[in-house]
Amino acid sequence: MIKFVLMVNRQGQTRLSRYYQPVELSRRAALEADVVRCCLSRKKDQCSFVEYKEFKLVYRQYAALYIVVGVTDSENELSIYELVHNFVEVLDKYFSRVSELDIMFNLDRVHIILDEMIQNGHIVETNKSRILAPLTAIDKMADG
Amino acid sequence: MPAVSKGDGMRGLAVFISDIRNCKSKEAEIKRINKELANIRSKFKGDKALDGYSKKKYVCKLLFIFLLGHDIDFGHMEAVNLLSSNKYTEKQIGYLFISVLVNSNSELIRLINNAIKNDLSSRNPTFMCLALHCIANVGSREMAEAFASEIPRILVAGDTMDSVKQSAALCLLRLYKTSPDLVLMGEWTSRVVHLLNDQHMGVVTAAISLITCLSQKNPDEFKTCVSLAVSRLSRIVSSASTDLQDYTYYFVPAPWLSCKLLRLLQCYPPPEDGAVKGRLVECLETILNKAQEPPKSKKVQHSNAKNAILFEAISLIIHYDSEPNLLVRACNQLGQFLQHRETNLRYLALESMCTLASSEFSHEAVKTHIETVINALKTERDVSVRQRAADLLYAMCDRSNAKQIVAEMLSYLETADYSIREEMVLKVAILAEKYAIDYSWYVDTILNLIRIAGDYVSEEVWYRVIQIVINRDDVQGYAAKTVFEALQAPACHENMVKVGGYILGEFGNLIAGDPRSSPLVQFNLLHSKFHLCSVPTRALLLSAYIKFINLFPETKATIQEVLRCDSQIRNSDVELQQRAVEYLKLSSIASTDVLATVLEEMPPFPERESSILAKLKKKKGPGAVSVTDLEDNKREGGELNGGGDRGPDTSAMAASNASTPSPSADLLGIRSAAPIGAAPTSAGSLLVDVFSEAGPAAPSAAVNDDGFLSSAPPSEDPAAPLSEADDLLNKFVCKNNGVLFENQLLQIGIKSEYRQNLGRMYLFYGNKTSVPFASFSTTVSCPGELQSQLNVQSKPVEPVVEGGAQIQQVLNIECLTDFSEAPLLNIKFRYGGALQNLTLKLPVTINKFFQPTEMASNDFFQRWKQLSQPQQEAQKIFKANHGMDTEVLKAKLLGLGMALLDNVDPNPENYVCAGVIQTKGQQVGCLLRLEPNAQAQMYRLTLRCSKDSVSRRLCELLAEQF
Repeated sequence: MIKFVLMVNRQGQTRLSRYYQPVELSRRAALEADVVRCCLSRKKDQCSFVEYKEFKLVYRQYAALYIVVGVTDSENELSIYELVHNFVEVLDKYFSRVSELDIMFNLDRVHIILDEMIQNGHIVETNKSRILAPLTAIDKMADG
Repeated sequence: MPAVSKGDGMRGLAVFISDIRNCKSKEAEIKRINKELANIRSKFKGDKALDGYSKKKYVCKLLFIFLLGHDIDFGHMEAVNLLSSNKYTEKQIGYLFISVLVNSNSELIRLINNAIKNDLSSRNPTFMCLALHCIANVGSREMAEAFASEIPRILVAGDTMDSVKQSAALCLLRLYKTSPDLVLMGEWTSRVVHLLNDQHMGVVTAAISLITCLSQKNPDEFKTCVSLAVSRLSRIVSSASTDLQDYTYYFVPAPWLSCKLLRLLQCYPPPEDGAVKGRLVECLETILNKAQEPPKSKKVQHSNAKNAILFEAISLIIHYDSEPNLLVRACNQLGQFLQHRETNLRYLALESMCTLASSEFSHEAVKTHIETVINALKTERDVSVRQRAADLLYAMCDRSNAKQIVAEMLSYLETADYSIREEMVLKVAILAEKYAIDYSWYVDTILNLIRIAGDYVSEEVWYRVIQIVINRDDVQGYAAKTVFEALQAPACHENMVKVGGYILGEFGNLIAGDPRSSPLVQFNLLHSKFHLCSVPTRALLLSAYIKFINLFPETKATIQEVLRCDSQIRNSDVELQQRAVEYLKLSSIASTDVLATVLEEMPPFPERESSILAKLKKKKGPGAVSVTDLEDNKREGGELNGGGDRGPDTSAMAASNASTPSPSADLLGIRSAAPIGAAPTSAGSLLVDVFSEAGPAAPSAAVNDDGFLSSAPPSEDPAAPLSEADDLLNKFVCKNNGVLFENQLLQIGIKSEYRQNLGRMYLFYGNKTSVPFASFSTTVSCPGELQSQLNVQSKPVEPVVEGGAQIQQVLNIECLTDFSEAPLLNIKFRYGGALQNLTLKLPVTINKFFQPTEMASNDFFQRWKQLSQPQQEAQKIFKANHGMDTEVLKAKLLGLGMALLDNVDPNPENYVCAGVIQTKGQQVGCLLRLEPNAQAQMYRLTLRCSKDSVSRRLCELLAEQF
């Protein structure tokens, strides 16, 4: 099961966080800082899976942005690793070359996309056009 | 400012975000945020009603602020208002805010539920999805109550849109996890399984998560999912890369779905149906074959997706552990990955190979990769990969490669990360002992371990090496020589001094012939370390010194000098002072004969650990010992030494007390009757089984020791008790009523009551067949010495039990004195023509005659101290056989018959009980203490009774109960 998805930049600022199991606000900040430190300190040739307390972190770096997914033992690491990439490709498709700014300024939409892909800590949809369907509908309404 | 906001961008929001980005300092940012919060608050409180757009904008700002790590304590109401908007974006922000910020016990839930109800009945699929999503995210009890019956209907309804089905599946999963009692199985369950056949892949993907969870909880009810999953998997695996269109990811058809299907199959054993199994094996072979094909794309995404499926398939193969061919192929595939340039693959390959090593089919295949794995341990640049390599080496270790692996692990230990050293030390120690043929190698290894990583060597490890040296006379001389050499190092670890002190104190004479290690040289060497050591080590050294006086009379004067000096005899530490005083006195007044008896060489330690290791090997194959097993061993080591501070040191002390039988023997678990002093250090077989040596010497004791297990049925008995008789008996230790035995013919129920030393037991014999039992007779007997301990009277029963009927028998029981055996119940009857004959143990156990005793904390501990003779105490450390639920534990302890005392033990986790056992002849006071360790899933049980045989018996009985 997926416990959380984080997007953080190299400065350690959280750009997106989604928890699939309630975590108190006070603990979130500490957890995010800790997780970021853990991933930032790793070199390119180190593996993308880190054991962290009772779960595993699967992370992937895109330019200055890190996407970190916390998963339980029962999750397939490589499939999560590629899920992250699929997510980024969806963002790329929607924002045409996504950047950190897109994510900051369109937080609601990024959330919609993520919620289409992962619900409740489980993968529900991996098909790009179906993931984007609700957003496309909204944008059409706004244009029209 | 970049105008990056998309769609119906909210300008105010964009400006705010830009402002935050432009803040130069944290203070400036906080200032800006506070300004914004004040602004939003005033807007929300203002007289002017806000339109949907503004509300959405402000709620969105709050979300952003929350994300920056600031608590948001208002705006919830506005978010709830947004839920009833008809505009999707407004509704969506409302729901997002709620699912991110509202916890399950909020008071707003009722309002939110109302909005959800409206959206669920709206028949607008996007609104329904948002509502389902929200239930799934919040998942509160109240929501479950409101919607648990509704969701399954939506999920399986024929006219539900695909996207709604997806959300409904995940929503139901959440409700099932948080409130399983509210999600009732029903007609929908079978239809849920058939979602695996849904033509829409997204629906299948979502449904599998739900089905996996349901199957784990109710495997039988969902068994049909296996064949459906196999056929779905087979269709995906055999499809061309373009067939599945949008579900194909970098030429790999539906990788995530495939992984989830393979994961679902891991909830079940291999399919029984031959056709299904054949199809599945075919799938797994195809997946393995594909790994060998040239890649369809050079992109890493392609190979990752392909390998994700491959690893999941290998997990399934390992889970089944029944197809040697597939296991070996899996192993070869992983072997290739071990040298792959992708670190991720190397990591995962090491990880799954570790589980593969435990299968008897692939253990040998795994071993062929030893060089690669050793190389990984040496060269990997990532500590987590090295850790996996170390784990794998441990798992693949067996007698053939133990020396090599232990050597590599030792050399790795010199540079290993601090975080994993202790675990490594334990692993090396376990491997060294487990696979030692040549014990000088074992001694070398452990001493090296102490030299390299002394700080990480836990007490268990050095206790263990001493026990082994004491028990094996062929290695004692070597050990003395080696430890003497090791102590030559100018700085050696304190653990080395402990081992050195102990071993030289016992076996220094074996090397004293060499002038380079003459008695005085040995003593001076040890004493040169003395002042740098902690108190416990110094205490141990003092014991070593007094042993020296016995071994080498020529050192007497020197040592007495040392003992007499103020820093010993007036040491501020009581323990040290006492030892110095006593040893000095002992050495001055005792004759050499007395001295020789008192300070005799330590008797061998009873060997009990090996039994656990043997069990472990049998269970899991020689290679696999996971971390939990390690814990076992660690614990077991502790138990061997009677736990905590009763190491060999205590035993050395005890020896100086001279009186037979040595109390240390009891601490270490030998029962009182075993002739400790008499047990000579006989040949090497001691390590294998000390008890079998002691057995013939003290047969009566041996029978007592083993309790039920070894009691040979007396000759007058018509049949030996059933093999499961002990288990049946154990079920009744903490309860008085229930079904004692049942087979296809006969059911035997029991009701019993006890008062003081008397009991009455009602036995109900039920004929489960339609044919009468003829010549039905029962006999109750008390074998052996039980005859004089327990008086059981029974009335004969009627000779015929009609089909379907039940007859009753009453037994009167009187406890004369304490006892360990159980009375036997023999039942004979004719069913059809055949004579049936079975013997059971009647669940009459000593604890049945308990009277609970309430007492206050002071009283308890006062009595506890009064019962301090070693043989009055029995202790056992054991792994929890059942869950460690507090209420269940309490119920069991109460069922035991003692009083469960609250607020007595300083540690509230512990349980203490008190009671008096009433026998005809005497009363036996008993105190019990049970210390659970939830983390390790272990218990320590201690019993102190005024009669030692009772302590032992209760301890045996109870250890089976928790």
